[in-house]
Amino acid sequence: MSVLAHVFEAAGLATVVLASMKEVAERMAPPRVLYCEFPLGRPLGRPGEAAFQRDVLERALALLDSPEPVLETHPDVIESDEMPLSCTIPPRYDASLPPAVDEARGLRAAYDRAVQRRGVTAVGRAVGPDDIATVLDVLHQWAEGANWKEVALPGKNTVAVCHDIRAYYNEAALELATGPTPGGRAAEAWFFESTEAGRTVLKARESMKAQDAPFPFWFYMAPGHR
Amino acid sequence: MAGGDAAMREYGVNQPVPTFDDPAFTRLDKPLSELRVAVVTSAALHRPDQDRFTNSDTGFRALDRADRNIVMGHWSPNFDHTGFQIDLNVVYPIDRLEELASDGVIGEVAPRHFAFAGNQPETVSEVRLDTAPACARELLSDGVDVVILTPV
Repeated sequence: MSVLAHVFEAAGLATVVLASMKEVAERMAPPRVLYCEFPLGRPLGRPGEAAFQRDVLERALALLDSPEPVLETHPDVIESDEMPLSCTIPPRYDASLPPAVDEARGLRAAYDRAVQRRGVTAVGRAVGPDDIATVLDVLHQWAEGANWKEVALPGKNTVAVCHDIRAYYNEAALELATGPTPGGRAAEAWFFESTEAGRTVLKARESMKAQDAPFPFWFYMAPGHR
Repeated sequence: MAGGDAAMREYGVNQPVPTFDDPAFTRLDKPLSELRVAVVTSAALHRPDQDRFTNSDTGFRALDRADRNIVMGHWSPNFDHTGFQIDLNVVYPIDRLEELASDGVIGEVAPRHFAFAGNQPETVSEVRLDTAPACARELLSDGVDVVILTPV
């Protein structure tokens, strides 16, 4: 972000950065920074709250009045909610299937409703919604000790496949969730702590690591702190 | 498990960053109510009909002012994607800009807005020397005065 700011200023554009990492912004020192300690991935702070978002923008635009470089901090801090989303997980249907495969199939209707409502989906980087159960079956095999190179993963790229699995689950979960707007880490906590798919991804990742798979192939399958 | 954002912010503290000697500072000679404003984000946003971002993509995608069916194509698993899923304005405040323009706070909403991918090689040299200057030219050709930069 700050690199873009410096290049744009040199081209004659005035910029304001909504920074999410204060030390990085301080060291890179773009001309105008509004540091916002909001959940990462939510630079305007609160989804669905137009007045709050507008306030952030107006504070950012006010920095254009400064005659010299300026870094201000938004007065509000929004903590990232780490409590798992309140979302029903489908009951087991076919006990002969790996639990994650059964679960993913059970979420399909909710996923389809989400796509219908939003008109767009983030699934499809490596595999489509029809492949989610299949890739979870392969990850389940890896988790159980199968060799990750011998049991081929459709979509091939482990990080992209895990993105698609999480996107499928996120989109379905928001359709099923009850309660207030989920916080920044609620869906992540739900996926990795409450779903069979999340557990399967983490176990497959551990198994790849134990099999000496290249670091970027397994590490980025889940957030770094997990 | 707690502290995903804290872990990322801690990580950011020690990340090497490119430095800029003698940084530019653009001064504006018109009031905000006469300025044209664009959003540029590092969230790797794109329309479904545009090329997806690769995991080392140094390019950018242009979003038309009217686009709302937008995908977040960022590769990092380390930040929230659901806020955007609930309300794209939490990353790309296009509806808020339209409101600020209709209320006369800003002059105009730019016809196009732009997205890069935030996950870049450490030196950021391709963005710095090639694609960011190209994006600046696009913004200037649209008559943009002010750019709001939103990270994820």
